[in-house]
Amino acid sequence: MSLASYGKPASPAVVAVDALGPFAGVAVLVLLMHFVIGPAVGPYYAKILVDIAISIVLAVSLNVVNGFTGQFSIGHAAFMAVGGYTAAAITYFGTVKIWGGLPLVHADPQGWGLFVVGTVAGALVAGLFGLFVGLPSLRLRGDYLALVTLGFGEIVRVLLMQTGSIPDPKVIAEAPLYTLPLKLGGSLGFGGVPTYTNLFWAWLWAGLTLVIVYRLKASTHGRAFLSVREDEIAAEAMGIPTTSVKVRAFVLSAALAGIAGALFAHELGTTLNPKELGFQKSFEVVIMVVLGGMGSLSGAVLAAAVLTVLPEVLREFSEYRMIVYALILILVMLVRPQGLFGIHEVWELPVVRRLLGGRGPK
Amino acid sequence: MALLEVRDLHVHYGAVHALQGISLDVEEGQIVTLIGSNGAGKSTTLRAISGLVRPSSGSIKFAGRHLEGVKAHEIVRMGIAQSPEGRGVFANLTVDDNLEIGAYTRTDRAGVLSDKERVLDLFPRLRERLRQLSGTLSGGEQQMLAIARALLARPKLLLLDEPSLGLAPQIVQTIFAIIRDINKQGTTILLIEQNAHMALGAAHMGYVIEVGQIVLHDEARVLAASDEVRKAYLGVG
Amino acid sequence: MTKLLQASMDGVAVGSLYALIALGYTMVYGILKFINFAHSDVFMLGAWFSFAICGFLGYTTADHPVYAALVALIGSMAMCGALGFTIERLAYRPLRGAPRINVLITAIGVSLLLENVGQLNSNKFLAEYGIKFPFGTRPTSVPLLLPDQPLLSFALDSAHPNTLVNVLPVDVLVIGVAFTLMALLQYLVFGTSLGRAMRAVSYDAKTASLMGIDVDRVVSITFVIGSALAAAAGFLYGQKLQSLRQSADGLWVLLGLKAFVAAVVGGVGNVRGAMAGGLMIGLVEQFGAAYLSTNLRDLYVFSLLIVVLLFKPEGLLGKAVVEKV
Repeated sequence: MSLASYGKPASPAVVAVDALGPFAGVAVLVLLMHFVIGPAVGPYYAKILVDIAISIVLAVSLNVVNGFTGQFSIGHAAFMAVGGYTAAAITYFGTVKIWGGLPLVHADPQGWGLFVVGTVAGALVAGLFGLFVGLPSLRLRGDYLALVTLGFGEIVRVLLMQTGSIPDPKVIAEAPLYTLPLKLGGSLGFGGVPTYTNLFWAWLWAGLTLVIVYRLKASTHGRAFLSVREDEIAAEAMGIPTTSVKVRAFVLSAALAGIAGALFAHELGTTLNPKELGFQKSFEVVIMVVLGGMGSLSGAVLAAAVLTVLPEVLREFSEYRMIVYALILILVMLVRPQGLFGIHEVWELPVVRRLLGGRGPK
Repeated sequence: MALLEVRDLHVHYGAVHALQGISLDVEEGQIVTLIGSNGAGKSTTLRAISGLVRPSSGSIKFAGRHLEGVKAHEIVRMGIAQSPEGRGVFANLTVDDNLEIGAYTRTDRAGVLSDKERVLDLFPRLRERLRQLSGTLSGGEQQMLAIARALLARPKLLLLDEPSLGLAPQIVQTIFAIIRDINKQGTTILLIEQNAHMALGAAHMGYVIEVGQIVLHDEARVLAASDEVRKAYLGVG
Repeated sequence: MTKLLQASMDGVAVGSLYALIALGYTMVYGILKFINFAHSDVFMLGAWFSFAICGFLGYTTADHPVYAALVALIGSMAMCGALGFTIERLAYRPLRGAPRINVLITAIGVSLLLENVGQLNSNKFLAEYGIKFPFGTRPTSVPLLLPDQPLLSFALDSAHPNTLVNVLPVDVLVIGVAFTLMALLQYLVFGTSLGRAMRAVSYDAKTASLMGIDVDRVVSITFVIGSALAAAAGFLYGQKLQSLRQSADGLWVLLGLKAFVAAVVGGVGNVRGAMAGGLMIGLVEQFGAAYLSTNLRDLYVFSLLIVVLLFKPEGLLGKAVVEKV
């Protein structure tokens, strides 16, 4: 919480800094990533950095549901899939429709506008699905809700598997728009999506996600979310509309996951494939949130980064890689059951506060 | 030597110091009662004796054997049975199944059957409801079931946690009459109660617990007559 | 009519497998209140162990001793029982009393572990001892222990004398073993002192310990039984779908998840519900496959789950539980 909210009315300047500061921070981060770090580390590490950004969007968005409101969703990959397919359909079919037979693998700056439109549309459609899945949470709690999200995820996966193969550009150019959503590549995946995702876009969306969710956590809305997690009945008694809070959390979380899906769909070297976006992917995100500590944003960011890098580091162990990963996961749960940071942010931990010099913010 | 000897017992729940040095004796063949208000530490004392919470220091000796660190199910085998707070009947099981669970540790089938008859004679209401799911019983019947179930372990020491809680006065009278009966048939009882009037009426010895400490102990009829107890717990004066 | 009968038989066969797996989920959920995600991998390893036993003993074709199937079945049930015991001891018991999400994550970790151990190409080392693992990254097909001639083959429709209803020995094996095991479990849970203790622990573990029940022991036994049943399902599944080339991957987890759906549909924590739910899921899947589309099997199952959860969240045979305030 900032000083602006205490005592006398803050000066317009303070308010402006308060409101715009984080966005300036995101701008700096994005420019740094794109123009300094990216060229410096080369394409291999740049791809890992993009993967980390996508993981951050996923983990932080799932945290809104699992961490803030304490509901338990294990179908996050489905929202990612919905967002990813929506965005890919818009950029792929859109490119053909607008520019005709463009070489589709190229990520021309010409198409950036389309990419942004696709990403936003992906977020909106995923958010709509979030509404559908959030509604059962009016009735269900705990593990049952988890099962609905899981079942929903599997349904999305199966339906995507049933879509037809992607038509030739010539056919696309002639085909009426409404027939295209049924031709998304089926079990082979949606190949040939233009590869727009780079450090710039990935970290831009990751930064925006962080700002949005962090602000939410510190706001009245956010406290309503947290109160649902702590004690739903007490929250209800305090006049918090717990059901609408839960549904809103689902919608926001799903929309952000849709953005992650859009980024994933347009990344170089990934194939948008229903098999990749099944419950295993959802579990991966849940693991990030729990390892980071439920409700801790910095924890989620850190866990997302670590768990994205870890399989790369373990690549040397080749076939033992996933075994080591699984063992680490089990050991962390046994040794540090509250996750790396519990419900706190990194800077709220006693150790870090001491390092920062005595009395940090409480 | 008393059947149960508790010495300087301390229990912590996290930062809360719930029991701050409890000492009490339960002599064989007696009813001993521990009275006190809500949150004074009565139930915690029982939980420590039955092994549900681990004392941070102090000793609990039963028939000469130490109970600290012994697991709850082993303590039952040593001869201590408890009718827990809030009755704790297994609502998904029938009345008969609940009674059988009470005799879980026993292998003398004939003895169990005859004890079941004896207990059902004590609580005829239960006999009528033997095949019924225990969740469908009334509060008083559930309390009877909880006591009956504990008796089926054929304990040397029976721990009763608030048997009068939430029951109509008439049923409380019945239950206390039965408690005295059980005792007359040879079972030692440690009785925890908020209803000091009933408890002191039934018991031989009484202990008063306040905020985790024993503040008074004496023969039950002496306590019942003492000014402090009359003022604080019997609502007199 | 032919189609109907065939679909019903397949549905019952597949459904009884789901039921066997669902029992393990539902018993663990009933007592420890968490979804044991590793259960589907125990199911997978059950199939794996039984094939390894076949390889070791040289049962590679249908020309085998009559008792071969039984040896493989009981052997893998024993091995998975031991595995279930170990998993509970090492991974879950230390977390008793921890938040449920942690147990859940640990279960996912155990699942990942087993799944990837299953994918190891350890053939080199074990092949020297004559043990062949049909799993790993390059799977081979499962040995057929029963003859594949139908026991019974008849045409229902005189107009189509060539569309036959076939009753294969393997169907008899699957349904026979599954129903025998379910009957045994039913007796154990509702007819013995141990079963009564299990039901008591699942209702209230703390009070159960005050009755002299060793809760840890009951939990161990639950895991052993559940895992052994999953192993039986694994073996039977392998025999039923021999043509399928097995590999240790997400396929098994998906089967396991559908079995959990069966547990939920029947009312989680409820042993009879798991059996009924398993059969129901099997029938829905097979009828959907026969009359609508084979590709959408998973869709029918998960749609049924959502419908049941929305309209009767306690499951078809479950009782409504009021959340404690």
